[in-house]
Amino acid sequence: MADQQQVPPGAGSTAAGAARGAAGGAAVAAPVLEVTDLSASYGPVRALDGVSLRAEAGRITAVLGANGAGKTTLLRTISGLVRSTGGRVHLMGEDITRAPVEAMVQKGMAHVPEGRGVIAELTVEENLRVGALFRGKVGREEFDRVYDLFPRIAERRDNHAHTLSGGERQMLVIGRALLARPRLLLLDEPSLGLAPRIVAQIFGLLRQLVDEEGLSVLLVEQNARSALSVADIGVVLNLGRVVVTDSARTLMADEELRHAYLGF
Amino acid sequence: MQQFVNVTLTGLISGSVYAAFALALVLIWRSTRIVNFAQGSMAAATSFIALALIQSGWSYWLALVVALVSGFVLGAVVERVVIRPVEGGPELNAVIVTLGLFIAFQALIAIVYGSSFESFPAPFGLRGFSIGDTTIALTPNSLYVLGAVVVTMVGLIALFRFTRVGLAMRASAFGQEVARLLGVRVGRMLTLGWALAAVVGSLSGLLIAGGGLVWPAYMDALIVFGFVAAVLGGLDSPVGAVVGGLSIGLALAYVSAYIDPALVNLAALVILMVVLLVRPGGLFASSTARRA
Repeated sequence: MADQQQVPPGAGSTAAGAARGAAGGAAVAAPVLEVTDLSASYGPVRALDGVSLRAEAGRITAVLGANGAGKTTLLRTISGLVRSTGGRVHLMGEDITRAPVEAMVQKGMAHVPEGRGVIAELTVEENLRVGALFRGKVGREEFDRVYDLFPRIAERRDNHAHTLSGGERQMLVIGRALLARPRLLLLDEPSLGLAPRIVAQIFGLLRQLVDEEGLSVLLVEQNARSALSVADIGVVLNLGRVVVTDSARTLMADEELRHAYLGF
Repeated sequence: MQQFVNVTLTGLISGSVYAAFALALVLIWRSTRIVNFAQGSMAAATSFIALALIQSGWSYWLALVVALVSGFVLGAVVERVVIRPVEGGPELNAVIVTLGLFIAFQALIAIVYGSSFESFPAPFGLRGFSIGDTTIALTPNSLYVLGAVVVTMVGLIALFRFTRVGLAMRASAFGQEVARLLGVRVGRMLTLGWALAAVVGSLSGLLIAGGGLVWPAYMDALIVFGFVAAVLGGLDSPVGAVVGGLSIGLALAYVSAYIDPALVNLAALVILMVVLLVRPGGLFASSTARRA
């Protein structure tokens, strides 16, 4: 696995540290993910219309926009669930545009789909084991580490996943994705339907994973305020096009843009 | 009293075969949401392979192994070649395709083997054990049938509970998209599921054939009873299929012995109707869990 850019610890921990984005000119780090001019359609409807963006190593990149802006389609096209009609996707320098969905996790990218994709019929522990399946034998300590991160699901490890609350399900799917040892985590609307306290807890944990372990995150969120509070860089989508890319802090301060596209 | 014991034993033994057949239906239903109506004639086809081998001098056991292996291959080929292309379309398409396969396999057997009745050997004796000077309806062969079904069930449970392939199969069945995103080769797992189901179906076909007569349509009754058993158990639940199979076996044995043997098929349908009216999801429905 190509480890192209090691981010110094703490470099991305403040929005100021990341106050440069595509808008600020050439990036210092080679991106973990580079999306170039990506298009996708549902029948005659163009859901993505030439989207370009990058997710830098050791950063949280938030993709924002209203319902129907193409956020979920963007993630689904990156991971191959939706077939692109144009453009390229590079993961750590490798062209993955036409790679099969099943291969993505092996290449270092884990996609947590919208709607907390727990497998309800399996237990919590079995759900986690599915995340590690492709890696072969995985040590007990890796499971224990996930349980340490999310004590609430540790208590429920032998329960069926359909008994979990919304917040616990979100913790489970993130923990499951971590067991795949990704370099890049694609997260689709993790805050959907969760209490603000739980959202803060989950976002805080994401920040910690990014800062301390060099994980990179591409986060899709409708809840722009929460997302910008944790992200380094924001990308605003509207009707399948990128409207603006800038540091989270700058976007947060741009009142006009917030009113126009982010709804707060 | 003696008659009651004998009827109960008969019911349990045929019920165990219904359970195995129902289990084969459940395996396919849970992973692909298709009721495989071709299961019976696929099993009949493998039984005829075994019969041809036995008639040409092979031992029963070798023929059994060859039949089960051909069941595995047949299941995989059917899934890949016939079912995969209609998947994702309207659900009815796949069902119609399995109905077509049902007829096609039956016709194929008749073309290759003729449609006469053939007797199928049993590997063990068919004379009942004696307790004192009364003979009961338990024969060495029925013990073999019961044992084969139990071993198969235990093997499947162990496969699904304790192995990585089993976990991958369950993940593919219940969360296709998530499983793919986590690197599970879902297509391969679905093929494997069909192949395993066809093995279990073939086994039930071979067990019911032993010591009796076979003809191209000899599995038709088993399809009905196995389907009722699977629905009784909720179609989704392997445990439900086993309990459903045994219940149907017992109920039909009692109807046959105490009311009228001619009413057996009718009784199966009445049971099916009553269950669907009272508990539409079956006795072991887990469908509420699915919605969550």
